[in-house]
Amino acid sequence: MLNPISLAFKKAKKEKRPALLTYTVAGDSSKKQSLEILKAISNYADILEVGVPHNTPVADGGQIQTSAYRAIKNGIKMNDIFKIVSDFKKSKNSKPVIFMGYYNMIFQYGENNFLKKCKKSGVNGLIVVDLPWPENKIFSKKCKKNSINFIQLLSPTTSNKRLKRITKDSHNMIYYISMLSTTGGKLKVSPKKILANYNKIKKISPKKNCVIGFGITEKTISKFKNTDGLVVGSQICKEITRSLNNRQNPVINVNKMVSKLRKKIS
Amino acid sequence: MKLKKGIPVIDQGDKLGFWGGKFGGNFVPETLKKPIEDLEIQFNRLKNSKNFIKERDRYFKNWIGTPTRFIKLNNLTKHVGGAQIWSKVVSDANGGAHKIYNATVHCLLAKRSGKKVIIGDTGAGYAGKMLSMAAKKFGLKCKIFMGAKDIKRQQPNVKAMKKNGADVIPVYSGSQTLVDAVSECMRYWVANCDTTAMCVGSTVGPAIFVRICGWSTSQISRELKVQLINEFGEVPKKLKLYNCVGGGSSSFGFWNEFMDYDKKQVEFIGVEAGGPAKSNRHAAPLTYGSKIGILHGAAQYVNQNNDGQIEETESISAGLDYPGISPLHCFLKDTKRARYTAASDEEALKAYQIVTKYENLRPSLEPSHAFSVAIKEAKKLSKDTIVIINSCGDAYKDRGILEQKLGKKYVKSN
Repeated sequence: MLNPISLAFKKAKKEKRPALLTYTVAGDSSKKQSLEILKAISNYADILEVGVPHNTPVADGGQIQTSAYRAIKNGIKMNDIFKIVSDFKKSKNSKPVIFMGYYNMIFQYGENNFLKKCKKSGVNGLIVVDLPWPENKIFSKKCKKNSINFIQLLSPTTSNKRLKRITKDSHNMIYYISMLSTTGGKLKVSPKKILANYNKIKKISPKKNCVIGFGITEKTISKFKNTDGLVVGSQICKEITRSLNNRQNPVINVNKMVSKLRKKIS
Repeated sequence: MKLKKGIPVIDQGDKLGFWGGKFGGNFVPETLKKPIEDLEIQFNRLKNSKNFIKERDRYFKNWIGTPTRFIKLNNLTKHVGGAQIWSKVVSDANGGAHKIYNATVHCLLAKRSGKKVIIGDTGAGYAGKMLSMAAKKFGLKCKIFMGAKDIKRQQPNVKAMKKNGADVIPVYSGSQTLVDAVSECMRYWVANCDTTAMCVGSTVGPAIFVRICGWSTSQISRELKVQLINEFGEVPKKLKLYNCVGGGSSSFGFWNEFMDYDKKQVEFIGVEAGGPAKSNRHAAPLTYGSKIGILHGAAQYVNQNNDGQIEETESISAGLDYPGISPLHCFLKDTKRARYTAASDEEALKAYQIVTKYENLRPSLEPSHAFSVAIKEAKKLSKDTIVIINSCGDAYKDRGILEQKLGKKYVKSN
């Protein structure tokens, strides 16, 4: 049986479009609201990345930092985040969930406890920004044992040799970082170049689903239609901030944005 | 966990960069793997190259001004009444602190790898000031990331950085201190690592930065060993080396050459920042038993909550105001080679007053922490014990705080 993440990719492929992956921070701007956002956008998104906020993020730009600090300030704890996921998974139209965060949160929870809790609450995959290969070898094996997809990251600085070894050790989804940037940076590389790198990865590892993230927005998303999947994060976080500043409902605004994103790649 | 003899501590990490199997490492985004690996290859090659060492020593001697003085504090010794109190006046170095060694080495490496820009973090402003000096010297563009709170409290150093042509970029996130400056600097490197070299301002960060910094500041103990032998004819039988510990760069450099001596002969005492006496907050993860966590790419003892969020610190001394600590010091603590304790803000201020009253020496608030503990302990030690405090920074940068805490008159008279 295919796991839920692979299934989501398969479904998108059948519809001849890339899978849409969204990223929102758990607890932004409150536990309740972040759950409502997940429920709303799962009508349009195929896979939901749930950001685990951390207060010394070394790879996140301003938008996601703002969301993360807001969530932490509102008192979000690791156990609340698991609860948000398990509540979301009980909803009618739930989608696969991937946690994205920093290793210290897992380390403090205890790797085994963390995975147990992931399984119990319905987390399907993990992206650990600061646990690169080969440092992640043992942990990613543990994930696999628990049927949790450990998603390896690749970047423009990844050498070919390294690329081959990482993809070999990866599970069925890979994340390609489009450019040298923190999250939320403007696309400073041409889509053509990004797609060339993407195709290189697909050639080495054709069976694995490869998504592209960083710099993907309403403006740029349609240029990457011929891919397995695309991640939009910072723009959504920015929309939450904008809504809050204008005293509007972030749930409605984010939902609108995600539906538009989906249309652009359908 | 064991400290090996005959191998430099910076080279005692395992393949993945862990000391003692659990401190340090490379917890970095994939994008930084390649630039870090490049830097590792370059450094491992150059640190064994006679030409490079010659070049380094030439700049250390002619530009930084080595060796810095090793002096006896006669009046203070008399006042305290106990061990002989000496100081290694590292603040003699060009720029006024030990940060110049690491900054110079990073600029030499950047220059050799063809990078045009160098970036760095700073807390007290010394790391930033020195990097801006070195960058200017070597013709590199320089950007310094500094917490907005630190910019306010360390103005003399901020002015110096700007004068040297560096961009000082204020960091407003989090606690607006060193921890956020390091994060922001690493983020900038993630986005610009193809054209830009990064200098981490202390023995923290991914393993290679810990190693480069420790290798650079070890100049301090190399000099001291020679000076000790000149003075006493040998390394004294009872020697105690006191040093403040924030990230841990000056203390590691002050101790490195004496690592293989029995600790009964050469004892290392690291003094962390205990923060205000009345506050629960501190910057002393080793003293107060913080748990191991990941901060800025390395596993270390770090102030954090149960979830793993890094906790805010509090210290009068911006240079020690960091929630984590070098993996090297975690290793030295767990192997029991060094002993760690803390001094409060108030104790550091008091030590500053005592030292400046009796001696023509003006330690900044960071080494004042070390002086505080050294003075207390020296009282109880025998006259043939040699106590040395690394006066690794000059109080010029602390003018504002000293004036506010001790009054204008006091600062002026010094």
